[in-house]
Amino acid sequence: MNRLQDVGDGSVALAMAGGRLSVRLSRRGLLASGLMLAASLVFVLLSLTSGDYAITPGDVVRVLAGGGDDMLRLVVLEWRLPRACLAVVLGMALGISGAIFQSLTRNPLGSPDIMGFSVGSYTGVLIVMLVFSGGYAETSVGALVGGIGTAAAIYLLTWRRGVDGFRLVVVGIGVAAMLSAANVWLIRKADLQVAISAAQWAAGSLNGLGREQLAATSFCLLLLLPAVFVLSRPMRQLELGQAVAVASGVLPERTRLFLALVGVALVAVVTATAGPIAFVALAAPQLARRLSRSAGALLLPSALMGGLLLVMADWAAQHALGFQLPVGIMTFNIGGLYFLWLLASDGRK
Amino acid sequence: MTGNRLQAHAVTLRYGERTVVQDLSVTIPDGSFTVIVGPNACGKSTLLKALSRLLAPRQGEIVLDGANIRSLPTKEVARRLGLLPQTPLAPDGITVVDLVARGRYPHQSLFRQWSATDRQAVAEAMAVTGISDLAGEPVDQLSGGQRQRVWIAMVLAQETPLLLLDEPTTFLDIAHQIELLDLLAGLNTAGRTVVAVLHDLNQACRYATHLIAMHKGTIVAEGPPSVAISEELVATVFGLPALIIPDPVTGTPLIVPRNPVRRGSGLTVPADVLSQDGARP
Repeated sequence: MNRLQDVGDGSVALAMAGGRLSVRLSRRGLLASGLMLAASLVFVLLSLTSGDYAITPGDVVRVLAGGGDDMLRLVVLEWRLPRACLAVVLGMALGISGAIFQSLTRNPLGSPDIMGFSVGSYTGVLIVMLVFSGGYAETSVGALVGGIGTAAAIYLLTWRRGVDGFRLVVVGIGVAAMLSAANVWLIRKADLQVAISAAQWAAGSLNGLGREQLAATSFCLLLLLPAVFVLSRPMRQLELGQAVAVASGVLPERTRLFLALVGVALVAVVTATAGPIAFVALAAPQLARRLSRSAGALLLPSALMGGLLLVMADWAAQHALGFQLPVGIMTFNIGGLYFLWLLASDGRK
Repeated sequence: MTGNRLQAHAVTLRYGERTVVQDLSVTIPDGSFTVIVGPNACGKSTLLKALSRLLAPRQGEIVLDGANIRSLPTKEVARRLGLLPQTPLAPDGITVVDLVARGRYPHQSLFRQWSATDRQAVAEAMAVTGISDLAGEPVDQLSGGQRQRVWIAMVLAQETPLLLLDEPTTFLDIAHQIELLDLLAGLNTAGRTVVAVLHDLNQACRYATHLIAMHKGTIVAEGPPSVAISEELVATVFGLPALIIPDPVTGTPLIVPRNPVRRGSGLTVPADVLSQDGARP
């Protein structure tokens, strides 16, 4: 039997199996999550109906119900739906990753894109392109290795009998700056053709991605989600400071290490699939936090906000301007708007 | 060996290569309100950090219920021993009840995130500390005194028989300091063992049932305040020539410094006062 109980802090506890199983959910967070889910659905639908090949919402419903002609089914099921779903999945991964790193560093700028993981991925990709002249699969591996290697380097450089959040951000920014320089030098050394494809990769795009990538990234996300759930509670406890966390039974160094591993893995999956997509990981947790009026990082709302932001950005990148843009360029604009909004809302305080 | 729950056995405590405490043993008497005093940098907060396992001893061990505290599962320790550190961090916008509820962490698990026991513990902790009316308020909008009571409520919600506090009165005005110490004394009377690091000697003497005085990393006096505190001790440990008289209200030792420097009067310190130890003007 399920039982809902008011905790009193704006959250409800859902008790199952006679109280042996219980979870706490923030009421406002649930409401916000519902809203973000609905908005994501709207943009997925919008993505399905927008484009050169005109499709009406009625067509979409017919196709999803199993009808429609072959052409219609091809466009909706093979082309547009996988891409829209991929945007949501990748956005969710970025949102969770951002929430993890912002909680870990206790800093709203502590996001994987600011901290140089994507720059490191780019370095990996450039090396693969220049040295091994690799294709999509090899580039993905290069991005994975580059991103994870950079994260490991940042972690080790930050380590002084423990990892401090602020130092992690500063070291990350420093490493990012140096790797950017290396990237520029690598591109200068490259042939024109290689330089062009490198630049294309660096823009971050969902063009040409579909079912295969959706299946692969969803699989990775499903693998990582249990770890995210297990780590979310000690993560919240760490937000109270090292001393309180230890005193309440958290092993801080181990928790931080695992959190960093999961966070890096999430962003690495995204970058390996679509190239660097900036600012979603940065903005999603903050927007989600304000929307659900909660303290600290909330993983589910951050994930949903990330999904919403990216599917929105990808729709806008394809259709808003009359010509196609890589979604990575569009998310830069989201980042700009986000900072403006942050300034404005801080100014009002 | 006594049956007391929390002890330090010959611990050496270091920050990096700097040794703060060497080969120190101490027993926290069960059911006591133990107060650790001493001048700045004497190692009192370091000792408290070690007792609450924030700092691992380089040598020796902290023993809780007869076992090395490091050998016990961390959540198990957290159900027996609670700590209020000097500067805990409240996440932006967190509400009072949400913060207090986080004290329940060691009693919860992934599959059991909230129970009736949790609710009761949180409600009781807020009632005891008098913050029930503030439940929905954001912590960052409270006054210093209220905020400190919220943090104490969080540690109380942890429901540990042992309660350690690192300078809990530091940022409070005098009235709130007394209010807080009364609260801690009440908790102690209700059966908890309380250990606190305090700066104010007179407050320490008033509230402690067991006083530990530290100087340069060692314990120089220990026992009930009336036994532990003496004029020689205050002079050597704090370098302060002082008179000790019975506190007119409680009868506990009251430390009265001998050297009043009257600013602006041109008066210098009398030589006979200085000659007590000559260390400080």
